[in-house]
Amino acid sequence: MSIRRIIPALAAVLALALVLAACGSDDNSSSSSAPSTSSSSAATGAAIKKDSANGKVTLTVGSKNFTEQKVLGEIYAQAFQAAGYKVKKALNLGDEQTALKALKGGQISGYPEYTGTALLSFLNVPAAKLPTDPGEAYDQVKAGMAKQGIEAFPPTPFTSSNEVGLLKKKADQLGVTKISDLKSKASSLTLYGSPECRTRRDCLLGLEQVYGLKFKKFVPVDIAQRHEVLTSGQADVSIVFTTDPQIKRNDEVLLQDDKNMFPPYNSTFLMKTSTAQKAGPDLPKVIAAVNKNLTADVMQELNARVDLDKDTPQQAAQAYLKQFKLISS
Amino acid sequence: MTLDPTLVLAQSEGGFFRNRSSGVDKCVESNGFCPSWIVHHLDRYTTPFEQHLVLVVVSVGLGFLVAFALALLAHRRRWLVAPVTQITGILYTIPSLAAFFILLPITGRGRTTAIIALTAYTLLILFRNIVDGLDGVPAEARDAGRGMGLTERQLLWRVELPLALPAIMAGLRIAATTTVGLAALAFYAGAGGLGEPMEADKAFDSNVVAAGGLCVVMAVALDGLLLLTQRLLTPWTRARAA
Amino acid sequence: MHATFAFLGELGDAIHFIFVKQTSRGGAEVGGTQLLPLLREHVLITVVAVAAASAIALPLGTWLGHTGRGSFLVISVTNAGRAVPSIGVVFLFFAALGAGFFNITLALVLLAIPPILLNAYTGVRGVDPDTVDAARGMGLTGTQILSRVELPLALPLIFGGVKTSTVNVLATATLGPAAGVVTLGDPIINPSSYGDAGRLGAAIVVAVLAVGAEVGLSAVQRALTPEGIKLAEAAPRQRGLRLAVPKRRIASAS
Repeated sequence: MSIRRIIPALAAVLALALVLAACGSDDNSSSSSAPSTSSSSAATGAAIKKDSANGKVTLTVGSKNFTEQKVLGEIYAQAFQAAGYKVKKALNLGDEQTALKALKGGQISGYPEYTGTALLSFLNVPAAKLPTDPGEAYDQVKAGMAKQGIEAFPPTPFTSSNEVGLLKKKADQLGVTKISDLKSKASSLTLYGSPECRTRRDCLLGLEQVYGLKFKKFVPVDIAQRHEVLTSGQADVSIVFTTDPQIKRNDEVLLQDDKNMFPPYNSTFLMKTSTAQKAGPDLPKVIAAVNKNLTADVMQELNARVDLDKDTPQQAAQAYLKQFKLISS
Repeated sequence: MTLDPTLVLAQSEGGFFRNRSSGVDKCVESNGFCPSWIVHHLDRYTTPFEQHLVLVVVSVGLGFLVAFALALLAHRRRWLVAPVTQITGILYTIPSLAAFFILLPITGRGRTTAIIALTAYTLLILFRNIVDGLDGVPAEARDAGRGMGLTERQLLWRVELPLALPAIMAGLRIAATTTVGLAALAFYAGAGGLGEPMEADKAFDSNVVAAGGLCVVMAVALDGLLLLTQRLLTPWTRARAA
Repeated sequence: MHATFAFLGELGDAIHFIFVKQTSRGGAEVGGTQLLPLLREHVLITVVAVAAASAIALPLGTWLGHTGRGSFLVISVTNAGRAVPSIGVVFLFFAALGAGFFNITLALVLLAIPPILLNAYTGVRGVDPDTVDAARGMGLTGTQILSRVELPLALPLIFGGVKTSTVNVLATATLGPAAGVVTLGDPIINPSSYGDAGRLGAAIVVAVLAVGAEVGLSAVQRALTPEGIKLAEAAPRQRGLRLAVPKRRIASAS
């Protein structure tokens, strides 16, 4: 076989392979689609029934960039797929502004947001007007987002707020149980939070404005390290989430929000109204079925499975859906 | 995934909640390097591995086609060598992370952006090696070919390119191994790859080692494959060495 | 057409971000002079890492090149350096040692060693054996040959290795914020308070910085090249195809 024949032949095969590979690209998915579940869900009595009419609709499920979000994203993605929709995933997008931008720009069809985050970051509700009742928070979000052409689906039972956390021994040493207790002590304390914490009213900015706290130092750190920095002693105070499994494990204390700086944070699935209409009547039913059992305990268990047991979000999500008989085992 | 039996017990009791006070894998809990965990959890890296491989193969392949075309052009028009080298040199120097986000407004988030950036990176190495390979062909071989009555085109394909093959393959091998390393960043552009699971739990030693190790395996395998191809395509070098 | 205007608009916002300090949502000051501390951190960690790597790799590489031993070590280190992804090394050090300037500098030192080592080795090794013989004939000792003959002749290639490492480390330092070192990569890795304009702006600054470093250091490299070698390099190669050709390509390509 002469070189003269091999090289053009190789080039042709290579070019063909490249064209096929590049054309088959899923530009919007960061990982493969959810694992296929048994299609005859009627046999084992799973709550989500596959309707092949839904196959005409493609839904791209997004999520923000921390564990709870990735798990929720996976849960919705797998649930939609079980209902027969074509599902793509674009998880781990970034913070809420990035996610909203992707939603409005059409890169994703929907993602799970929190009522509190929507109130503060999207609707700019002033601190004095923040609701304390989860139902009222949702109503405000629903109304506010509808004006932006976005539907906010009914929320989960669990709420997962930003919390001001310390190790128990540090809290005892300082003698603090409420956030306002920190007023006199903050100037000698180091606070660690996510990079966007400095500019968020439900984070450092709010602590400064509502509680008048002036910390000695604020250090931005990856969200995933929020507990690590407490146990390693680098941080005196860290911003953590209500449903974090590490709170119990590390013996941490969450300071009471006595001035009601933090609104409720139930998870509500956001989707453009136009997309929701195209998706048909099954969509709200699936979301409602999924949300029903997402209590604080369950959400914390799912977070623990990923953060502590090192399961993948996909595995944790599947376990949730199977446990509560939403998909068949 | 193998579960500790005490954990399984809690789950099968009808409860959903695992018992974490006992039977916890100490190595995993401390985010350490746990070879048995890696071995049992390799399946979670298969999809990223596939995505990674596609990125590398497509980028190096495209880069080769472009570089090859440019090199053939520059072979006859020597004045092209300097400007092409300069331009591909600039593309090579731009850090891929920066390149992803400069391309983002134009090509959006996803595999296309990553492939464009990765392809651009390979151009310098491949172009230079192909040109040098062709330049390194002995004048005597060219003269002999012309003496035999070969046209310029036949000379190129039957004499020059085969003799340039070692240099070309060397360039391909370098391009392939460096692209494997760079493709680990592709997840920042939304293109997946082994960097994605790596970053997802970057504090967990075993995870970083597993994902990074699979990158190394891929690089070594591609390098070996290309070396083998080179040996097959240039049997005369083996004969000479023998 | 609309997409082009949109892109130009984003580009304009990004340039504005680079030069003008502005207030982001929530009141943080970003852009303009706020980028200077990020730039400082970025350059600082690069310089420290390359300097430390040079301190290790230059003596080792030049000595191995001079004695002619250890080619297997140099090739292995080079291949390992190419096969291992830089993000992997950074995250490994992050996982093992934690966040922080010092820990990540260690990772970058490791990444910076292979090109410097390889170029030091091939530079010294590649000095014309006739020249070395002539020097030996003139009575110079081994160390004198190394310092007075081999090093000066190998200097351009050696410096090329330092240049390559510098650009590589500069690029990898963009990942710093993911490991707790706040460099110019911050608007790229953590864009939330900087916005899309900030992310594009920082990407442009990083690209310009890298190209600038390459151009600047190339100029220094040219200045270090003795005239005779510059002329020899420019002449077309008449020698036959040597298998050493790929190696030289490796040396100056990486």
